[in-house]
Amino acid sequence: MSITVTLRGRTVVGGCTEGEALVTRDTISGWGGVNPMSGTIIETRHELRGRSFKDKVLVFPGAKGSSGWSAVFHMTRLTGTAPKAMLFNEMTTKIALGAVVMRVPSVTDFDRDPLTVIETGDWVKVDADRALVEVIKGRSRAGHGG
Amino acid sequence: MKLTDSERAMLDGHEGKAKRKAMELLVRYAQALGADRFVDTHNVAGVPGSYSPLLLNYYNATAENAYDVIYSRFDLDSDEVVEVPRVTVSSCHLQGGVDPENWQTLGAKPEALQMSQESEAAAASHGIRILKTCTPYLAGNVPVKGEHCAWMESSAVVYCNSVLGARTNTEGRESTSAAMLTGKIPDWGFHRDENRFASHHISVEVDVESVMDWGMLGYFVGATVQERIPVLTGRFNRPDLVRHKHFGAAAASSGGVEMYHLVGITPEAGTFEMAVGQGVSNRCQPQVITYGKPEQQRTYDELNSKASDRNVDYVMLGCPHAALEQIEKICRFLEGKRISTHCNLWIFTSRAVRTVADSKGYTRIIRDAGGALITDTCSAIGQAIPPGTRVATLDSAKQTHYLPAIMGIQAWFGSTRDCIDAALTGRWNGARP
Repeated sequence: MSITVTLRGRTVVGGCTEGEALVTRDTISGWGGVNPMSGTIIETRHELRGRSFKDKVLVFPGAKGSSGWSAVFHMTRLTGTAPKAMLFNEMTTKIALGAVVMRVPSVTDFDRDPLTVIETGDWVKVDADRALVEVIKGRSRAGHGG
Repeated sequence: MKLTDSERAMLDGHEGKAKRKAMELLVRYAQALGADRFVDTHNVAGVPGSYSPLLLNYYNATAENAYDVIYSRFDLDSDEVVEVPRVTVSSCHLQGGVDPENWQTLGAKPEALQMSQESEAAAASHGIRILKTCTPYLAGNVPVKGEHCAWMESSAVVYCNSVLGARTNTEGRESTSAAMLTGKIPDWGFHRDENRFASHHISVEVDVESVMDWGMLGYFVGATVQERIPVLTGRFNRPDLVRHKHFGAAAASSGGVEMYHLVGITPEAGTFEMAVGQGVSNRCQPQVITYGKPEQQRTYDELNSKASDRNVDYVMLGCPHAALEQIEKICRFLEGKRISTHCNLWIFTSRAVRTVADSKGYTRIIRDAGGALITDTCSAIGQAIPPGTRVATLDSAKQTHYLPAIMGIQAWFGSTRDCIDAALTGRWNGARP
């Protein structure tokens, strides 16, 4: 049985999409932290090391590290490995610019912490135009894909 | 957004298509941030129009149109290629490409050198100063207190805000390229007084003296405060430029520190109360975090957790790019000696500093010892290490953070002296503090 939870936030980049959540409590480095050819996290000791965010709804605290953040995430758009959407807590220039040039629906400033509400594997519908996020809990990946 | 008449004119295309595209990107960026106006900037540091084989192929660019194509499509995120005019404000190119004198040492192919030189020539012909360094403040671009800048390069950003008291956010390639054409950047974050106060208080309870000590402290601070602003008090003396450089670079890589205060030392921290904005509305007392011997040792262990083999084949120094005094110090350790035949020694710096190093004979001392003084790039940025490298040693916490992840090698962290000893003997004998 699935439960739906709705989060309200602020639009960073508009657009609508849906997909499977990939959630991390670690901030993400762009340059030196992500391989833009595969969308894979490469940072040593990152909890998502070796995982790719390609086609996922990426849920994370925010960006850190090099000013190459936007250019690396921009490259993921070119290589087709970008996430489908980004939901995050901490606004920075890196992530704002990265979201803009990646052109993926992005939302921040939520009424509830997305890191506690959303778990990896949840199905997430993102309406970034209205800054609304619908999280479908307990809906298995197989169930949806089937 | 509140736009001035001149900003509106650029957005409406009255100053040409390129400025229109630049303003469109800046407006999207400002809206994403939640900024409602722009600030004027006359000091921009980025990597405008830089080529890479991937970008050239992706956009089907040729040598003739590459600058316009890449600047339009990638830098300005425009779907259409526009003719890119000269920059309108003081603009410099940070690190990138290959050193035209040491490209063969770096293992670059002739085509890579050619691409780097074409890209550089195109940028220069559009009015961009080719500094080719992550330390523009050591190569003639030294902003004054209060100056609004739009800089890339996290280690330069933290230096600009903290040491110089100028104002910049960590900008990216796209925002700096847009600012070079328009002289505008969102009025957000560090451009505003209320965002420059410390939120975390680091109480330093172990002596912090050497460049290595400052690097470890920076690495701890970044990991602890993430992108917040720390104020530091305790057992340290006034750091010099090199210590600031290593501290800030480390804090900006383990976290996202863009500004820090040292009470009585940095320009906006005359007193502790000034640093934390006491008396300013909505300011709360900063959280206190202790950095003592256990935290220092834990930081050292963490930095050295990516190495186990003490046989070293590569020593890399100059992250961020070496200052002249660092090169002098290296030469004092190296003069009259030869590095191990099993080991390579590469030292990275800016073209400006190398010109002085050349004239003082330092470049020759390094070469005679078997090393190389290289400009424009570094091992992480250029993804260039000597062939067959398995184990590197580094005196930069920042480079130690990045290089093993990027190149898949082991890396030891220690003092410059530890690194030079490793270069001479081929063995790592660095000691835990």
